[in-house]
Amino acid sequence: MTATQEPTAGAEIGRDRRRKEDQRLITGRTRWTDNITLPGMLHLAMVRSPFPHARITGIDTEAARSATNVVAVLTGADLGEGQGACINAWPVVTDQVTPAHLPMPTDRVAFAGETVAVVVARSAAEARDAAELVEVDYEELPAALDLKEAAENTVLAHPDLGTNVSAVWRFDSAEAGTGGDVEQAIAEARENGIVIEREYRQQRLIPAFMEPRSVVVDPTGEQITVWSATQVPHILRFAMAATTGVPESKIRVIAPDVGGGFGGKLQQTPEEMIAFAVARKLGKPVKFTETRSESLLTAHHGRDQWQRLTLAATKDGHVTGLKVDLLADLGAYVAIVGGGVPVLGAFMFNAIYKFPAYQFQTTNVLTNKTWTDAYRGAGRPEATFAIERLMDELATELGKDPLEVREMNWIKHEEFPFTTVAGLEYDSGNYEAATARAKEMFGYDELRAEQAERRARGDKVQLGLGVSTFTEMCGLAPSRVLGSLNYGAGGWEHAEVRMLATGKVEIVTGASAHGQGHETAFSQIAADRLGVPFEDIEVLHGDTQISHKGLDTYGSRSLVVGGEALVRALDKVIEKARPVAAHLLEASADDLEFSGGRFTVKGTDQGMAITEIATAVFAAHNLPDGMEPSLDSEATYDPVNFNYPHGTHLCAVEVDTETGQVKLRKYVCCDDIGVVINPLIVSGQVHGGLVQGIAQALWEEAVYDENGTLVTGSFVDYLLPTAADTISFEIDHTTSPATTNSLGTKGVGEAGTIASTPAVVNAVVDAVRHLGVSDITMPCTPERVWRAIADGSSGGATTEAAMPHFDETEGGVQ
Amino acid sequence: MIPAAFEYVAPASVEEALAALAEHGDDAKIIAGGQSLLPVLRMRLNAPEWVIDLGRIDSLRGVRDGGDHLAIGAMTTHHDVGQDPLVHEHALLVSKAITHLADAQVRHRGTFGGALAHADPAGDLGAPALALDATFVVQGPGGTREVAAADFFVDLFETAISDDEILVEVCLPKRAGWGASYEKFVRIAHQWPIVAVAATVRMEGDTIAEARIGLTNMGSTPVRARATEQMLAGQPATEEGVAAAAALAADGTTPPSDLNGDADYRRHLATVLTRRAVLAAAGRS
Ligand SMILES: Cc1cc2nc3c(=O)[nH]c(=O)nc-3n(C[C@H](O)[C@H](O)[C@H](O)COP(=O)(O)OP(=O)(O)OC[C@H]3O[C@@H](n4cnc5c(N)ncnc54)[C@H](O)[C@@H]3O)c2cc1C
Repeated sequence: MTATQEPTAGAEIGRDRRRKEDQRLITGRTRWTDNITLPGMLHLAMVRSPFPHARITGIDTEAARSATNVVAVLTGADLGEGQGACINAWPVVTDQVTPAHLPMPTDRVAFAGETVAVVVARSAAEARDAAELVEVDYEELPAALDLKEAAENTVLAHPDLGTNVSAVWRFDSAEAGTGGDVEQAIAEARENGIVIEREYRQQRLIPAFMEPRSVVVDPTGEQITVWSATQVPHILRFAMAATTGVPESKIRVIAPDVGGGFGGKLQQTPEEMIAFAVARKLGKPVKFTETRSESLLTAHHGRDQWQRLTLAATKDGHVTGLKVDLLADLGAYVAIVGGGVPVLGAFMFNAIYKFPAYQFQTTNVLTNKTWTDAYRGAGRPEATFAIERLMDELATELGKDPLEVREMNWIKHEEFPFTTVAGLEYDSGNYEAATARAKEMFGYDELRAEQAERRARGDKVQLGLGVSTFTEMCGLAPSRVLGSLNYGAGGWEHAEVRMLATGKVEIVTGASAHGQGHETAFSQIAADRLGVPFEDIEVLHGDTQISHKGLDTYGSRSLVVGGEALVRALDKVIEKARPVAAHLLEASADDLEFSGGRFTVKGTDQGMAITEIATAVFAAHNLPDGMEPSLDSEATYDPVNFNYPHGTHLCAVEVDTETGQVKLRKYVCCDDIGVVINPLIVSGQVHGGLVQGIAQALWEEAVYDENGTLVTGSFVDYLLPTAADTISFEIDHTTSPATTNSLGTKGVGEAGTIASTPAVVNAVVDAVRHLGVSDITMPCTPERVWRAIADGSSGGATTEAAMPHFDETEGGVQ
Repeated sequence: MIPAAFEYVAPASVEEALAALAEHGDDAKIIAGGQSLLPVLRMRLNAPEWVIDLGRIDSLRGVRDGGDHLAIGAMTTHHDVGQDPLVHEHALLVSKAITHLADAQVRHRGTFGGALAHADPAGDLGAPALALDATFVVQGPGGTREVAAADFFVDLFETAISDDEILVEVCLPKRAGWGASYEKFVRIAHQWPIVAVAATVRMEGDTIAEARIGLTNMGSTPVRARATEQMLAGQPATEEGVAAAAALAADGTTPPSDLNGDADYRRHLATVLTRRAVLAAAGRS
């Protein structure tokens, strides 16, 4: 894939454009939040609780206060009401139990890492030094750590709430009228069919974005300006205003270039709120940038579920019902999306299949651990993992090929649009085509033959093939649907187009890029629609004063929702320009055609470029009577439906049966994401997504010990893969355009992550199934795989101790 | 990740460094490549008042031919040791181990002496040094003394170097013509070994005349697989013979249990990796 071919007019969409933003990002010609330095700026350091659950009985700030260049040391009590609150935007049930979440608690900490005091000093180093001098007295309380135990309320994470169960959310197809009775389907299958019952663990993960979180707050001037490494500047502004009483119009939030998020920066963080409160209180600009250790410990975590699953099928393999019972670990607080994450999965367990009956229930549980929230895929990877693992188990039970069993149950391409048992209407798709292409790329039959040969030979290295035929719902989201689910906001997106006098174009989007490549993709869309050169388009975003309206970037929504808003705003510009063109060309508006950036009078060679019209409108010397001298337009678009990308992913792994080591051998995928705007960006999204999903299958796990301490608190122990650990992926696409947006696009940001995890685990289990293994707990560490082979278990729990590489005892002062 | 403030000196000679060490005693730390010390300081696990940098002492850098041995200066970087032709010829096991050590950035900063002085039982150089019977030359106020590898590693992060001493050189007896292999077992590429096996053998035809095997991360210090070595001596290098000897590799070891595996699993790995390392060193795989 190269970006060297010459552009042809009107052919930006589908072109491998190199990303506009990369030159400045790669050469460092930009300012990240931590690079922002303001005159007189003060620096913050947080004092954090080492205990998962404790009463704060005293905070002695005396020594810290008198340390060099310390300006203030503030506790939750000092900040008082002014500190606002961290909000939960999605109470999933009306009686949800939601602990109050102060940015800095005053009396009790609920997880290890929670902030109890903030030191303000003239330099970051002095703030850090003084933070060590703050003496906090804690009275330790029993901590709710294990999810299953916490669900039983044995120890309460928040004693005053009386329960750890925040919410029980349920969907039943018989009750909803979207399908049959699942209990009946299971009962029938027990009599005369197949019942597969499994329990799977979704381990806790850490988003681990590249740029740690950072915030600068400047209270100088009429508006308080907040720079933050966030995915959600608009939501942050709203939450700051709503909880502090500062008028929304007095707050400006800027998300400058942001180095990744993966959902991990879809949050209103305590640190942002503390910085805001301190800046207001002292009347001085302040900055807080977290360390990597603080980031791993306190930025929200993801996943962490137990999944109890019951699948009923006929003897020939037609699924008759699926029952899902989840325990979801919310951690210490209900985060901004919080309990909504498992609920997002509720609609996806039935995946690409035609299940007649379905029931879903999640029990959302509070514990004394870092709070969890959206992480790439949010709810959908969990659902996809569960069903794709189960379909493999069903195939095994039947002695059939896993792809054959899937095909028996999936929605045929001629059946679209199709309303699922979860009540969603899938607009388009072609599972047959994507699967056929993936099989061809993979060399499926040859690899199966090799597998059989290795098994027969008793090779120490066994080959396993894993399948994942996923779909997801993305493009969050139709506002009415969100309303019906009790979500606190809408799901629309906003765009503006500004036609500049010199023929250049500015586009403003409410989506907030943090590495995706919006500037490039949105430029391509506008270039085609307006017929202006790609280079002449500037995309502005991430500043609430420039992009005053927006709902930001997450849930694979920017292109499918924000892109559609942009198309509508662009069309308005063209319609505003038409009467001007008619006037200047002395023709009737009806006789004008617009293409390639020009209005032409039908049947003549007379015409005018839209950029010329923009100049004429700027001068405003000669406009139609009564016309407002502006072509600028805006549009707010509320999607009518979600968006349903799908794909077939095939993975081959080699398992060293002597050590349990898993090696990726081949990974191919054929995704259908509708019309592709920029194949290069899509490849990047797919590759990165795959690695993140594969990492859940094989490497990553956030582990706490019995004291509630995060053991995987650095990259020595939280194993993020690098390029050295992965292989070259082979990716391709089929195209079933989305029917619910005018570009025909579907989301791609989360696809790779959602699809790949079960493909890999299915492959690992497939490699050793003949040795008596039917499941391996994630991550499939060599130790777990080896144990599974040894005793047929799923590998056991992780030992809760880190490898010590850094000597804490050596010399010096502690 | 900001360390607590400290004073910094970069002396030009070992004598000056020793003087600084004598003056500041317990309040001082030596810094070599900083690849282990800096994370400790940045995470504030430790806060020495003085940091004494050996980086300007040229005499501590380089690989010297000492006749019957090679002398590796303590401040020679992993990269330089790994690329050194003398090391490749006379201590192939060290070259092999270094190709697996950390990543290129760390190898260009971290030093041979620093890694051994740090004495992380999961460090990749301890087992090769032990297997090769290295001699550690340490210098203190009273002059230099030599410490045998078997006595050098005392415990987790603890060596025979006293607080007032500096490791200046590591001597490796020449073993030209020996085959070598370092089998490092990791989950992701840039990880410390869960277990690793350093094996070097002298072949006489198809027979293993002599085998030297060091185990990484199988206890609080690197350990020799003596029983395996003895059983291999004089044996033909067959798959079965080597496997039988390797089965003894974990005998008497006390490996740790952690996120990456418990002690039993490590014992099992040690036997598998020992078999593979010996066969590879013997040119049989
Ligand atoms: C990301 C990363 C990955 C790594 N992976 C690996 C790996 O896979 N395998 C591996 O083996 N290592 C690994 N390391 C550690 C690396 O090998 C370090 O270089 C080594 O452990 C320490 O060497 P140094 O020169 O950096 O010493 P420093 O960090 O400067 O010092 C380490 C300790 O030794 C003391 N010291 C240093 N030199 C002397 C001396 N001459 N005399 C007395 N005391 C001395 C210091 O006071 C300090 O206590 C890794 C390090 C990093 C940062």
